[in-house]
Order: sequence, then C-alpha cells, then structure tokens
Amino acid sequence: MSVLVDEGTRLAVAGITGREGSFHTLNNRRYGTNVVGGVTPGKGGQDVEGIPVFDSWAQAMEETQPNTAMIFVPPRFAADSILEAAAAGVELVIAITEGIPAHDELRVYNTLKRDYPATRLIGPNCPGILSPGKANVGIIPASFFREGNVGVVSRSGTLTYQIGNEIAQAGFGCSSIVGIGGDPVPGSSFVDIIELFQADDQTELIVLSGEIGGSAEEEAADYIAEHVTKPVLAYIAGFTAPPGKQMGHAGAIVSGSAGTAAAKAQALEDKGVRVGRTPTEVAQIAVQILGATDSTAV
Amino acid sequence: MDLLEYQGKQLFARHGLEVSAGEAVETVEEAVAAANRIGYPVVVKAQVLIGGRGKAGGVKLADNEAQVREHATNILGMDIRGHVVRTLWIEHASDIASEYYASVLLDRSAKLPLVIFSVEGGVEIEQVAEESPEKLVRQHVDPLEGLSREQALRIAADGGADEDVREGVADALLGLYEVWSAEDATLAEINPLIVTPERKVKALDAKVSLDGNALYRHAENQDLSDKENQDPIERRASEQGLQYVALDGDIGILGNGAGLVMSTLDVVAQAGGSPANFLDAGGGSDAAKIKQAVELILANDRVRAVLFNIFGGITRCDEVANGLIAAFGEIKPRVPFVVRLDGTNDVQGRELLQNAALANVHAARTMNEAAEKVVALAAEQSNNGGQS
Repeated sequence: MSVLVDEGTRLAVAGITGREGSFHTLNNRRYGTNVVGGVTPGKGGQDVEGIPVFDSWAQAMEETQPNTAMIFVPPRFAADSILEAAAAGVELVIAITEGIPAHDELRVYNTLKRDYPATRLIGPNCPGILSPGKANVGIIPASFFREGNVGVVSRSGTLTYQIGNEIAQAGFGCSSIVGIGGDPVPGSSFVDIIELFQADDQTELIVLSGEIGGSAEEEAADYIAEHVTKPVLAYIAGFTAPPGKQMGHAGAIVSGSAGTAAAKAQALEDKGVRVGRTPTEVAQIAVQILGATDSTAV
Repeated sequence: MDLLEYQGKQLFARHGLEVSAGEAVETVEEAVAAANRIGYPVVVKAQVLIGGRGKAGGVKLADNEAQVREHATNILGMDIRGHVVRTLWIEHASDIASEYYASVLLDRSAKLPLVIFSVEGGVEIEQVAEESPEKLVRQHVDPLEGLSREQALRIAADGGADEDVREGVADALLGLYEVWSAEDATLAEINPLIVTPERKVKALDAKVSLDGNALYRHAENQDLSDKENQDPIERRASEQGLQYVALDGDIGILGNGAGLVMSTLDVVAQAGGSPANFLDAGGGSDAAKIKQAVELILANDRVRAVLFNIFGGITRCDEVANGLIAAFGEIKPRVPFVVRLDGTNDVQGRELLQNAALANVHAARTMNEAAEKVVALAAEQSNNGGQS
C-alpha cells in the first residue's frame, strides 16, 4: 500500500495546456501515473500529447472519470477550479499553485467542508504526492526516492527532497511523500496525513517535516500521542527566523511568540517524538530506526 | 503587508468605521496647517510600524499652533527602535470615557475568521489574555456567511460592553469585519476602540495587515505600507521578484526553496555562524538570476563569506554552476564562497565548478560540511579584517 496516489489513480489536470502544467503532467505520465484528461476552459477538444482536454471539470468527469485532480492554474483562477473539481465529484484535489490569496483558501476550505466533505484537498502551494514505484502527482523529482516503508509529510518541497534523498542513499525508501504546502490555510494538515500513514500497512516510520508559523506541528504532536503507534520522527526549519518576517512561504512567519521553531520542537519532544537537529540527522535517525526493525534495505 | 496607522484608518473610513478627522503630513509646516484646519486640541502621532510609540515620545497632544510646531519638530526624524519617523498623522483629539479592544484575524488553527473583543483596551492584548482572560471574548465567524449583526451584538454583550454602546460596538465590529474581508486583510485591529463621553464608539488606532497575494485585486492598496523604512536590499529584492529577508549576521546565504533556505540558516547557526540574510532563488538557475542574487547578498557590507546551498529538484545543478561561473565573470566577489551542489545533475555541476577553478570558491559535498566551511571562512575573514 501507500497513501492517496497509487496504481488506481486516474488523474486529470487543470491548467494542462500551460507550460508548467503540460511539462509536469507529461513527467507524471512518464513515471507511470494514469493521466486521463485535462481541463482548460476554451480549449476543450484539443489534446496534450494524446491526453484529451475538456472545457470544464464536469465534462472531464463525464468523459474520463478522474478520481484525482491536479491544479496548475494561476492563483486568481485556482480557488474556483478546486471547487469545480470537487463539485464534479473528484475525491482528491492536489493544488500545486503558489500565491493563492488567503481569503480564497479560507473560502475553499470551508466550502469543501460544508458542501463537498468527500473531497480531500492537498495544498495549495505544495509539491504534490509521490508514491514511489506507483504514481507521481505533482512536481516531486521521483529520482531521489525509492520505494520503501517511510511515510513523509512536509510543508516544504526542497527539504523533503533533501531528507528523502539521504534516506534513499542509505538504502531505504518511502511509501509515500506528501507535500501539504507552505500556505496559511492548507487543505490537509499534518494530522490528516499522519492518520493515513498510521493506517497504511506499508508505512513503518513516519517523518514529519515542519517549519515556523501556525500551530499544525503542535496539533500533530497531540494527535501522535493519542493515536499513533508507529515511530514518528520530526524536523523543524526556522530556528533562526526573526519574528514578523515571512520566510518565503506565505505561512512561514513567527507572530509574536507564537509559531516559533523552538516551541514546535518542544511540543513534539514533550509527546515523545524525536526531533532531528538537521535534515541529515533526521535521515540518520530514520536509517537507525529502520535498520533496527526491518530488513528491507538492499 | 503591514499598514501605517493612518493608512489603516483610511481603510476603516472607507468601510464606515468611525474615526477622527485627520491628515497625514511630512513637514512641520504641513503639520501646523493641518492642525489649523482640523481644530484644536489635536494629537500629533508618529507613523511607524512598531509598537510603543507613545512611550518613545512619538504621540503628543497639542492645544495650539506653537505646541504642534514643537511636537512635529521633535517627532519628525525621530528614530523609534530603528524606524525613522517620516510621516505624522494629525487628528482631532478625542475625549475618552472607556477604552475597548477589537480585532478580526485569520485563525490558522481553526481555519476560520476570529473576532476578539475586550473592554480592557489601550493595553497590549497579550497582557489582557494573560492576566484576565475572562475579559476577552473570542468568537469564530463562518466565512461563507460573514459576521451577522446578531453575532456582533452578542460579542459586545458577552464582552461586557456598556449597555448603551452595544449597538455602537456592534457597528464597529461589523465595519472591522468588512475591512478584513473586503480588503483581503489577515489582521484588522483597533486598540483602543474608545467610547466618548457622548457615548460614541470610535477607532483611535488602526493596525491592519494585508495579504500580499491578494494585491492584484486591490490596485488602490498596492502602494501602501512603510516603504521608506523597509530594508533597502529587501526593497530591491522584492522589485526583482526575489525573496530576501535581512538578518543580523555576516554570512550571506542563497538556496533554492524556502524550507531548505530556512534550514540552511539553522545549520549555519548550529555551526557557530550568524546568517546575514534569507534568500530563496526559487526554481531559477540561469546566470542572470544568480548574478542578481550574488549582487543582493554582497550589497550588504557586513557579509564576510557566502554559502550557496542548492538541492536540485527541477533546478539542475549544472545550470546553477554555469550561472555561477557566468556571474563570477562579471562580478569579482570580495569574499569567499562555499558552494554545495546536490541533486539533479550534481556531478556535472561540481565538475564544471572544479574546471572553472573560480578564485575564492570552495566546494562542499554536504549541507553540514558546507556550513562548517563557511563559518570557518567568515571567521578567518573577520580576523584578517581586524588586523588590517
């Protein structure tokens, strides 16, 4: 197993006719992901290297029955595209788009909750989801990861690659890598994904990569203490970030004394979660844990 | 994007919130003329994006022209903890019967708008939360429905607002929520929200943060904020579309991806160094972009060594190496660089750098090794500097 994306994924992509959208869609298809269609208003009837393009999510659903949507449209159209995919009945929406206004994210999150509770949103401003050996939806460079039993959930793309690559170099691999994104109102939180990893047979170790801002790591700590029996390992970026300054990601900001890296690391450690001081240390501890409990390494 | 008080009050007025008549001025003469138009007494208020203006002497009452002249002269140019006062807000002084507090913000944890109200205004709200949390009302609002008059009245009542001003407080909360929602604010705060002896409810201060991602739909807000007091390198970076944050140290940092850059700062600090900046090059790797980044980092005189930490995903390390080589052809950096290339095409990238044999550029294989190297080089530079 793995979580969220696998051989059963039927992917359709909003923004497939754009430069980035087509590049990454074709990349995902080359990896083996089943890409069934694309959506670009006004370009229905065209195709992108054989992938049919539709004017709306409703049409894409009728013709190709996608169960997963990837959103690659510019920020000002992204909120409506997500909601349209949900209204068409897509169960999993993965929004890569960066720069969506926070109020739009708030509207999307609360509309999904009220009107389309069966739809799960990952992102926005995330690198997507990779289940090595099965499917890749998004922009995660698959070559850094191997198939294995580590479940990774992260607010940052490049940090995930850094940690995943070190784990792979030590001979271990991942069940799924889920980027939840660096925005203030993510569709899915650490808790949502950790719940999936806990239930996933393939996953034996969960790695959480967090950063400053908000309280998602603290909430994850509480959840882990109550509900998670698998080992969890964490990394937090941003110990040196000054208050009030946004560090790249819209959501990565220390407000007053809230959202600091130190407080997050403390909250996790208080609940028995090991926190690595550097990405390398996280990978090293992961390898130690895996080496001691399992023999899947080659 | 944080707004100055007067900019926030202008947004308040646009949405029907009660504020005092006032004018923003930049010279003593303008201050006097404004005060004469507004009518005495007036308050002369320093416009800076930092709290504690009153204690620093940046807020003064003036009963006549001579006093306005005196206060404006003293306050203009005043340095309030690194923020130089360039603008004054002159407004008619208000009589105050009570000071309340009101704010609307995005509760990231609940993923809902949150309205906070208290009758203990005029002090830091964190202090109220700590000392008398029972005097703080916090209520979430359904963002799809908005704040209703009914809920606003309930918040006023629950918070213990005087009965005769509850309608006025509700009006203020509704106006504040409208500012928050219509202007794409992440925070809209009034402290103090005053009750006058005539029992009018009025915003005496304004603290508003706008969402930069939503500015495309608010053309009129695009030029707000305190640009003069922004760090000059940060301002230049944002004009070039680069994410640069000035820090206090002497080690320049460039990386790709916000998370990795944040992590790089931490690893450098753990190695005993002190980062001079946060700079995310994003997915860009062409020579022009790398040259821009190098120039930004070196524009800070304190920088004694620079660390390039690249983990190539979509970004290819050979492109980064070529960019760096081209950039070094045009700029001759005065400080050592440590470059760590890992990820996509890292072997080719490292080979390119090695063959180019750039003066003062050191390769490192891992992030930790790179951090230790750059910290050592910065210390060396600083020792050399001390001797000369």
